[in-house]
Amino acid sequence: MSQENGDQMEKEAYQKVASRIEPKRPMLMNCVKAFFVGGFICVIGQCISTFYMHFFHFNEATVGAPTVATLIFISVLLTGFGVYDKFSQFSGAGTAVPVTGFANSMASTAIEYKTEGFVLGVGGNMFKLAGSVIVFGTVAAFIIGIIYTIATGQWGAM
Amino acid sequence: MYISKQSFRYESEPCIVSSGVVVGPTEAKGPLKDHFDKMYDDLWINEDSFEKAQKKLMEEACTETLTKANITPEDVAFLFGGDLINQITGTSFASRTLGIPFFGLFGACSTSMEALSLAAMVVEQGAPYVLAGTASHYAAIEKQFRYPIEYGSQRPPTAQRTVTAGGAALVAPTGSNIHVTKSTIGKVIDNGIKDPFNMGAAMAPAAVDTILTHFKDFQTSEEDYDLILTGDLGQVGRSIALEWFRQKGVTLPEGKFQDCGLMIYDDEPEAMAGASGTGCSAAVVFSKILHEMQQGKYKKILVCATGALLSPLTFQQKESIPCIAHAVVIERKGA
Amino acid sequence: MIFLWAFIVGGLICVVGQLMMDGLKLTPAHTMATLVVVGAVLDGLGLYERLIDFAGAGATVPITSFGNQLVHGALAEADRTGLIGVITGIFQITSAGISAAIIFSFLAALVFKPKG
Repeated sequence: MSQENGDQMEKEAYQKVASRIEPKRPMLMNCVKAFFVGGFICVIGQCISTFYMHFFHFNEATVGAPTVATLIFISVLLTGFGVYDKFSQFSGAGTAVPVTGFANSMASTAIEYKTEGFVLGVGGNMFKLAGSVIVFGTVAAFIIGIIYTIATGQWGAM
Repeated sequence: MYISKQSFRYESEPCIVSSGVVVGPTEAKGPLKDHFDKMYDDLWINEDSFEKAQKKLMEEACTETLTKANITPEDVAFLFGGDLINQITGTSFASRTLGIPFFGLFGACSTSMEALSLAAMVVEQGAPYVLAGTASHYAAIEKQFRYPIEYGSQRPPTAQRTVTAGGAALVAPTGSNIHVTKSTIGKVIDNGIKDPFNMGAAMAPAAVDTILTHFKDFQTSEEDYDLILTGDLGQVGRSIALEWFRQKGVTLPEGKFQDCGLMIYDDEPEAMAGASGTGCSAAVVFSKILHEMQQGKYKKILVCATGALLSPLTFQQKESIPCIAHAVVIERKGA
Repeated sequence: MIFLWAFIVGGLICVVGQLMMDGLKLTPAHTMATLVVVGAVLDGLGLYERLIDFAGAGATVPITSFGNQLVHGALAEADRTGLIGVITGIFQITSAGISAAIIFSFLAALVFKPKG
C-alpha cells in the first residue's frame, strides 16, 4: 500500500471519529427559534406598514419603501448599540433573513472598519458581506428580465 | 541537544525566571483572575483600534515579566513571539517599542510553545536572557478570520472564542527552579477537516501526533508527567483527541489530559466549546500553571500548544485546515 | 388576519434560511444570496406578488423580497421601454432599502464604535 493510500485511510478514519464526537447543531430548536423571531420581525413590519397607511396616506403599493427604511433604521441603531449580534446567537436565521439582517451586515462592517478611515475603511468595506446579495440579486433580475423580454417580444426602441 | 527527528533535550536546563500575563475584560471575569498580573475592564485597552490593543497586551506582558525579574529590555538578548494578525504586526510593533532583537514567528495558536522551545535553545547557546511571548485579541482576530464583531451570525456549538490576552515568559540559564528540559516540534498534520468553526477537530490530530512522537523520541509515557496540557483544543477537540489516542493504542487518564481553552472562561455564553487564540495557552501556562508548579502541585508537565494554519483565503478556496502542535516539557527541580 | 399570515409566512422563510445554514452548512452570505435569487425567480414566475397579497410584511420583510423587487423593477421598465428597461429598472423599487442601508450605516460609523 502506498503512503498516499495509507494517509487517505487515516484521514477517513479520523473524520469518522471527529464527526461521531462533535456536538451536532441543534437544528430543530434553531428552526423553532428562527420561526418565532423571524415571524415576530415580520409582524413588526406589518405594524409599521399599517401605521403608515393609516396616518400618512400610503397605499398597499407604496408603503413598502418607508416600512423597509424604518426597519433598517431600527436594525442599524441596534447594531450600533451592540445588541443585534447578541440576539443573533439565539435567533440565527430569524434575525439574519429579514431585511434587518441585511442592514446589520452593512452597519456592522461600517462600524468595524472605521479604524481604517472613512474612505478605504467604511466606504470600501461596507458591502463586504452585503455585496454578494446585491450582486446575485441584480444578475438574477437581469437574466429574468432578458428572458421576459424575449418571451414577450418587447424589444423596445432598438 | 538534538535527540531525533523532532525532539530536543536541553542539557543545561534553562530556567523560566519570571512570567507575565495581561488580559481583557471577559478573561478578567473568569476563574483565573487571581493569577493574572494586569486586567483591563475595557476591550479597547485604552487604545483607538483593536490591533493597537493587542500590541499593548504584548508589550505589557513583556514589561510585567521583566519588572518581576528586575531587569530592563536592554538586558534581554532576544524576543521570540508571534500572533494571528496579518504579517504578525501585533508582535513586531510591540518589539519596536521594547527595542529587543526580535525573531518573528507564525505558528498560529501554537506560537507560545514554539517561542518557548526556541528561547530555551538560544539560552543553551549562551544568551543571558530571552523572552518568549504571544498575544491575541478577541475583536482583532474575529475581524481578521471571521466576521465583524457586531455582525449577527449564529455560532455552532463547536465554535471557540478568541481570548484577549498577552503572555510572556523570561528564559535564562539560571535563576529559578522551573526548568525547560525538552521539546518536540510538530509536523503539519491535515486530516481533512474544513469547518473553520470547528478548530478543535482540526487541531486534535496534530496534538496527538506530537505527543505520541514525544513519547517515542524520549521513550517515555504519560505516567512520567503530572499533567499533559494542550493549548486550545476546547471541549470538542479534547474529546476527539482522547478518542484518537485510544485508537492509536494509548489511553490517557482523563484527569491528566487538560486543555488551556477550558480554563479561561467558566460560564461565558459566547465561548461555546472553549477559548482559543495565540494568547490562550500563553495566558494559562504563564500564569496559573507556573504558579501551581512553584507551589508544588505539579513536578513535571508536558505543554502541547496547537495551532490551525489556515487563513480566510484558504478557507474560501475550499482547502482543508492544516494544523501543528509543539510540545515543551517544564519541570520543577529541587526543593 | 394579515398579521397572523405575516407571522407564519415570514417565520417559515426564516426557517428555510436556518435549514440552509444548519443542514447544508452554508455560510450566512451564501444563504442570503441564494434566498435573493429564489425571490427573483419566484417573481419571474409571477408567484411572489401573490405571496405579498396574502402575507403582507411576511413576504416583504425577508430578504427574498429584495430579489422580487429587483425583478419587479426590471420587468416594469421593460414593459415601458423594452430591453434597456431591464437595466434602468432593476434598482427602481429597491432604491429605498439600499439607500437607507448605506446612509444609516455610514451615519452609524460616524457615531458608534464596536462594542464587542
